[in-house]
Amino acid sequence: MAKEPLVRLDRVRKVYSVGAVEVVALRGISLEIPAQRFSMVVGPSGSGKTTLLNLVGCIDVPSSGMVEVCGQDIAALHDDAVSEFRARNISFVFQGFNLIPVLTAYENVEYPLLLSRMRAGERRQRTLAMLEAVGLANQQRQRPNELSGGQKQRVAVARALVKEPQLVLADEPTANLDSHTGASIIELMRRMQQDLRTSFIFSTHDPQLISHAEEIFTIRDGELVEHSSRNGF
Amino acid sequence: MLFTLAFRNILRNRRRSAMTRMAIAVGTIALLVFGAFQGYLFDSFHTNVVQRSGHLTVYRTGYFLFGEGNPSAYGIERYKKVLALIGDDPVLRPLIYVLTPTLSLMGIAGNFSGENDAAKTFIADAVIPSDRDRMRRWNAFGAGRVYPPDTNLDDNDPMRGFVGLGLARILGLCRSLAIANCPPPPAIHREAPGVASEDFSNLRAEVAAAVTPNAAGKPRLDLLAATETGAPNVVSFFVNDAEPQPIRELDDNYVVMHLTLGQQLIYGRGEPRVTGIVLQLRRSSDIGPARNRLQALFDQHGLELEVRDFAELNPFYTQTLNFFRSIFLFIAAIMGVIVLFTVVNTMTMTIMERTNEIGTTRAMGVRRGGIRRQFLVEGCMLGVIGASIGLVIAFLVAIGVNQAGLTWVPPANISAIPLRLSLLAQPALIVGTWVGLILVATLAALIPANRAARLQIVDALRHV
Repeated sequence: MAKEPLVRLDRVRKVYSVGAVEVVALRGISLEIPAQRFSMVVGPSGSGKTTLLNLVGCIDVPSSGMVEVCGQDIAALHDDAVSEFRARNISFVFQGFNLIPVLTAYENVEYPLLLSRMRAGERRQRTLAMLEAVGLANQQRQRPNELSGGQKQRVAVARALVKEPQLVLADEPTANLDSHTGASIIELMRRMQQDLRTSFIFSTHDPQLISHAEEIFTIRDGELVEHSSRNGF
Repeated sequence: MLFTLAFRNILRNRRRSAMTRMAIAVGTIALLVFGAFQGYLFDSFHTNVVQRSGHLTVYRTGYFLFGEGNPSAYGIERYKKVLALIGDDPVLRPLIYVLTPTLSLMGIAGNFSGENDAAKTFIADAVIPSDRDRMRRWNAFGAGRVYPPDTNLDDNDPMRGFVGLGLARILGLCRSLAIANCPPPPAIHREAPGVASEDFSNLRAEVAAAVTPNAAGKPRLDLLAATETGAPNVVSFFVNDAEPQPIRELDDNYVVMHLTLGQQLIYGRGEPRVTGIVLQLRRSSDIGPARNRLQALFDQHGLELEVRDFAELNPFYTQTLNFFRSIFLFIAAIMGVIVLFTVVNTMTMTIMERTNEIGTTRAMGVRRGGIRRQFLVEGCMLGVIGASIGLVIAFLVAIGVNQAGLTWVPPANISAIPLRLSLLAQPALIVGTWVGLILVATLAALIPANRAARLQIVDALRHV
């Protein structure tokens, strides 16, 4: 029996209004992304990759069409329920790391667990384990401005995975890193994905990252032009 | 985490946060210092008024509204029985500090000593000197001046009293009373005496010869007033001294004399009466119960008497209090607006700078309400820190002022009293100001907090 897809988009259109001009970012895309896979959305700049990730991440709403994530039709949820849904199921890794500057590495990683109202003891245990897993156990008291770019992104990965979400969305996660650091971050995410059986969806045009993909969705001018699958590496 | 985040965020831009906290602190200091001064002013003014007119005065019904025109007609008959009724009442007795009769009267005072023939209308209070001295020692709030016994009046010398400085000047008593800074009257050209004038000049000489100072060498005035029956009556009054009065009209007309002399002038050999019975209570908070009890007593005994409190007798008291209260409200409004705009400005800048962060936390699952709460807590925390700093500084200012030994002359006073800031005595002011400014700071954060909560996540994440 075929596995239920983690993400399902059905004729999704997204139109932005810029003043009087309407910009069509997605032109009726339909696709299914399987669970527990290392998936990539690739395409040139302005093709609609980020818009697609935003819709899948439930931080934007389509102009038309249906977005279903983890079996949930997102349009059926009101604003607070969508927030709750994100807090439970979805994490993000941003190109610019987006760590909270006034919190230490430990507190940044702990933050998503606070949103799920986890008990303090378990929260601490999971946070320390995750920092250990990303190799930052010794930097837990440092604030983001005291960390290197690679360390910041490791904290961001730890923050994304600490709540054990079903889906991690990463928008160009290696774009602000040098190739060596980028490679180590990709390796880290790949390892964590395998350990935690979490689904990753990246938007990228980094060939180094694309080489790790299990599913590749190529979009151009807001349309899906190709979908290819690979089994393992 | 909410409070940790809020605290660290308000320290993020140290200078801006410091300016905001300073604005809140300055608002707190201004309100507390002025409020403390106002509190002391109210207490000292209250003390001053109560020392002069007691808390409650019993009048014959109608006197308060109509009696000024003919005080003698509104005298309280058998007032000693009324005094005993009040003084012996088990409810009132423990409340009363001083219970004393007074007589208000008016007439014409004349100085025909030959030095300066002059006459002037006067208004007078006739009192029992020792009771008056006791009343002037009332200082329940510790905020007034406690007067020593007044040597211008004496229980054993009914002829002795004092007048307003203006009245002394008008009647030409400056030289005989040896008053400093009191100009003598200018020389007045008189016509050359004719036959008729000669007769009057002889009369003047006879009167002058009859006018003698008392044993202490104090000048004498002749006081003329209409008795209860309308007939004129005259008594001699020795002016021991002149005391400046706070209001010009009072200064030019005021006479204070012994009750016995006042009664002789108004009632002659008839039954002596008084126009008022003054009750000075131990505590001002007992005014209500004492007044109710008095009225009940009078109703019970069928006495046609009414009770008025000191605020009714001294409209200036209530007006002054209201005046200062409106100044306080004005200052509070200005400070509130300053704090409001400062916090709105600070929070707006903060939100602009942290737009990306708002987008990130929203993406992580923080609800709109969570974002709103975050900024409200930051506004509240700015208020708490600023108001607390202001509170500490206000206390230091109060201690400094109280130890500096400053003095000032309050309204309706003629002598300086110590200037103090009664901050500790006003817990409601402290709590009200502290909580009020924190509320203003929190409410000021609401507008930008709502704006932050309404941000679209993708727009916020795109913000650079």
